[in-house]
Formats: sequence, C-alpha cells, structure tokens
Amino acid sequence: MARIRSDSRSELDLVAILCLTPSLLYVLAMFVYPFLYGIYISLQPKKRDAGIFSNYVAFFNDAYQCNTIKTTFMLALPTTIAVVLVALFLAYGMRRGIWFERTITTILVLPISLGVVFLSEGILGFYGHNGWLNQLLLAVGLIQNPLELTHNSIGVIFSLFMQNFPFCFLMLLGYISGIDPSLESSARMLGAGPWTIFRRVMFPLIAPGLIIAFALVFVMSFAVFPSAVMVGQPAGSTRTISIAAYQQAFEQYDMSYASAIAVIMGLCQLAALVVIVLVRRRMTIATTMGVGKR
Amino acid sequence: MRGRMWKLAIYLFLLGFILNLLGIVTHVVVSSFAKRWFGKPLPPAFTTDWFTYAWREFELSHVLFITLFIALAVVFIALAIGFPAAYVLARRNFNAKPVLLLLYFLPLLIPQMTYGIPLATTLYGFGVGGTVIGVILAVLVPMVPLAVFILLPFFEQISFNLEWSAQMLGASRLQIFRRILLPLMLPGILTAGLLVLVNTISNFELAFLLAGGGSQTLVVALYYNVFAGGVRPVYSIDAMAVIYMCTVMAVLLVALRFVRPTQMVFRLDGRRN
Repeated sequence: MARIRSDSRSELDLVAILCLTPSLLYVLAMFVYPFLYGIYISLQPKKRDAGIFSNYVAFFNDAYQCNTIKTTFMLALPTTIAVVLVALFLAYGMRRGIWFERTITTILVLPISLGVVFLSEGILGFYGHNGWLNQLLLAVGLIQNPLELTHNSIGVIFSLFMQNFPFCFLMLLGYISGIDPSLESSARMLGAGPWTIFRRVMFPLIAPGLIIAFALVFVMSFAVFPSAVMVGQPAGSTRTISIAAYQQAFEQYDMSYASAIAVIMGLCQLAALVVIVLVRRRMTIATTMGVGKR
Repeated sequence: MRGRMWKLAIYLFLLGFILNLLGIVTHVVVSSFAKRWFGKPLPPAFTTDWFTYAWREFELSHVLFITLFIALAVVFIALAIGFPAAYVLARRNFNAKPVLLLLYFLPLLIPQMTYGIPLATTLYGFGVGGTVIGVILAVLVPMVPLAVFILLPFFEQISFNLEWSAQMLGASRLQIFRRILLPLMLPGILTAGLLVLVNTISNFELAFLLAGGGSQTLVVALYYNVFAGGVRPVYSIDAMAVIYMCTVMAVLLVALRFVRPTQMVFRLDGRRN
C-alpha cells in the first residue's frame, strides 16, 4: 500500500512534479533570479574603470547616503517597540476572548486593507496643522499653538504604527489565546498573583511568538517608503534608505548603485533578524535554566 | 478592582484607536465633499463637483479599468499556478518540502521594497517595465505564494479517503479533480481569490516601481497626486481617495462574508491561516 511508506521517502511522481513546476519556475525566475541579478549588477558600477565594490564604497563614504541607515533605524526601532508593547498589553488582556471580538478584528483589518497611501492621506488631514485634532485641542485650551505632527518623523512613526499595529495585535492575540489556560489556573491555585503569573508563567511562553512578531514588524518598518515620503520630510529628517535606493534607480537611472543600496537594505534587515534570533536563543536557554533550578 | 481597571484601560485604548481611524477616514470623506475648507471644524458648503472633477482630470475610468484588469489577471494566474502547487505540498511528502515552503514564504516575509528594486531592474531589462504586463508579473511574486499558503490548509481538510474511494471506483485523475477536489475546494478558491484581489488592489510598492504612464493602478495614481501636492486641489485628491476606498471596501465587504478577519494576517506558526 502506498501509505505504509516512511515519511522521508519521496512521493513525487511525474504528475506531482508537473503540478509544482509552474509556481516553482515563477518564484525562481521572478524572485530568486532578480535577487542574484541585483547583487551581480551592484558589483558592475556605471563607471567602467571603477572597482567592483565602488558602489558600496561610495555609499559608505557619502554621509548623505550613509545617514539613511541611521534615519531608517531611528524610525523603525521606536515604531517596532511601541507596536509590540501595545499589542502585547492588549492581546494579553484579551486572552480570554473579548466583547465584540469579530467587530473589533474587522475594524482592525481595515487599515491593513486600505493600505498605507490612503492612511497617509487621512493622517495629513486629520493630524495636520489645521486638522481636526489640533482644532479640538486648541478649542479645549490644552495647547496654545498647533502641534506639528505631520511632515516630520512623528508623522512617519504614527503612520507606521497604524499600519503595523493591527497586524501585530491579531498575530499575538492568536498566539496568546493558544496557550493552555490550565497553566494559568494551576499557577493561581498555587498562590501566584497576576504579576507573578505574567512574569513566571505566561511571559516565557509568549516570548518566542513575541520575538517573531518583533522581527516581522521591524523588517517591515525598515523598508518604509510611501509614508516616509507622504507624511514625512523625504528630503530631510525622514530620508530613509528605500528613498535613497528609489532615487538612484528612477531619478539618477543608476541601476547599479540602486541595486547596491537595495542589497545594503536587505543586509541591514538580515542583520536585525540575526540579532533577534540570537536574543531568542538566549531567552529560551534562560527559561529552560530557570525551570531546571526549581 | 485592579482587574477591572486593567480591562477599562484596554477598552479605552481600543476605542481611541478606532476613533482615530474613523477620524482619519471621515476627514478624507468630508474633505472630498467640501466646497472650500480651511481652519474650520466643518466646511461651510458642500458639493459633489470634486468627484466629477477627479473622474475627468485623473482619467479615473481608465485607471479603474487598468486596476481591475490587473487585479483579475493576478487572481486568475495566482490561482491557476498556486492551486496545483498547494495540492502537492499538502498531499505529498518529499525531502525538499521544507526548503520549498521556505522559498515560497520568503516573498511574503521580505519587504516588497527590498526585492522590488532588483525585480524592477530585471523587468525593465526585459522591456516590460512600465507596462501592464510588467505590473502583473511583479505583483504576482508575493501573490502566488499567498494563494498557495491560503489554499494549503483547505486541501489538508479534505480527507484522503475521498480521493482513494474515487480512484477505486475507477475515476481518472481528471475526473477526481473535476468531480471531487474542485467542488470541495470552492470555499478555499473563493477565499484565496478574494484575499489576492484585495491585496492586489491595495498593493503599492511593486505596482509603483513597475507602473508607467498608462499602467498606473488606482493607489499608485493616488500616491502621485498626493506627492505632487499643491498642483491639484486637495479636495479632488480626497475625492479620488474616497473612490479608491469604496473600491477596496466593496471587495472587502464581499470578502468578509466568507473570510475570518484574522485570515488576513500571518499566523505565528509561520503560515498563513
């Protein structure tokens, strides 16, 4: 019988291979090949006589370009920390189910579906210099002068928050409500208070999911483009690395340099992921040791 | 007592988030109907002229046609090549399966801006950059894996026994596909199709990098108009944003009849729901 085969044996026959081929070819041709091609042309500078790494050298020697890494980092990191902390706080409080769960999740899905361009346009109106928020605060008398919340990094961080928070919240809500509730009741029966339950029981269980969520949000925020242009100050304080890559590609038509910047952007994301994975490993070791001690 | 305060804080935050979201959306809608609006809580007079203005000046009938054409083409192709792949990944075991799953997962994980620039370079090199075909080819990169990962669990829910019984009763592979798999997979195909449709209409980065003059989708055209701020009246741009919102909402309302909202985000076990 076919089913008695062991798991490791291949069950690919001709039909199965034929079924896989189109999608596999697509991913290879349109995802893997461009990636390799991008790395290749980044090493073929526009100027003939330049060395193969001259694009990278130029990037790191030019403070205007090189600072984009710092700028992007300073936007992505606060956003990620805020998103993950708020989402953790909310999802933890709602782990036993919530009122109007379906309505709330539907409303939260809205900003994901509308996309960042629409959100940014709305943020410009609502939080802008003459927006509703400033008018309200001025009328109540909380502030004397309108707050400048758009066309600077606050606006970008806010726009990124709006875009990433629902995504992170729904992810963590699913993860936390999947944890066996009997663990928590046992801890309570043994006399643990809410804080001890969180610190000793729940947090170690949530940590792996939390770290993945952190990584996803960070990587997504690091590639910020539309909101940095629309609600930010693309020529100054929010000139992110993706803007630099875009300008090289479509304003200077230097695809080689643009690819080099894209490669650097990818490497930054990869570096962040590696750091996060290492932290995760440390934390898992720490929790296992903690369990061993008792 | 402390527990109740905690709950209250949570609901207050959610309320605040939803109110701010409603404020953002409402501001765009109100502005699109405003005759002139500056520094007042509400515009003094309302008009629908900006919609006709936007429709005419931004050539929205053409842009909408292009957007729907691209979206439907992407849905069709993504399903056509994602369906067989999802079937094999759900049903067969082979050594390279984890590698393959990771490969399909990467376009969803890596930000589109990161792989979009080399992809755009490649496609412009092939001479399809700036055309409708270029946009379709680029947007398909994350959409094929998305379709695969949505269809996968639907295949896993269909019992092996149905296929074996059909086979024992003498059905050919084609008959099994047409009579057994296709009818049972209809909910999955619908879910995947709708989610790919919503994601394609609201996809910005890839469509933006590949779009030329005649191949701008609605959201890309909206971006260019916001970006060129000051050239056009802001009310007309907001009218365009409202038209975009209505397009997305129409698809979304249909989608939410069939799809749970949480299906639209990643699940932490590394797979889409």
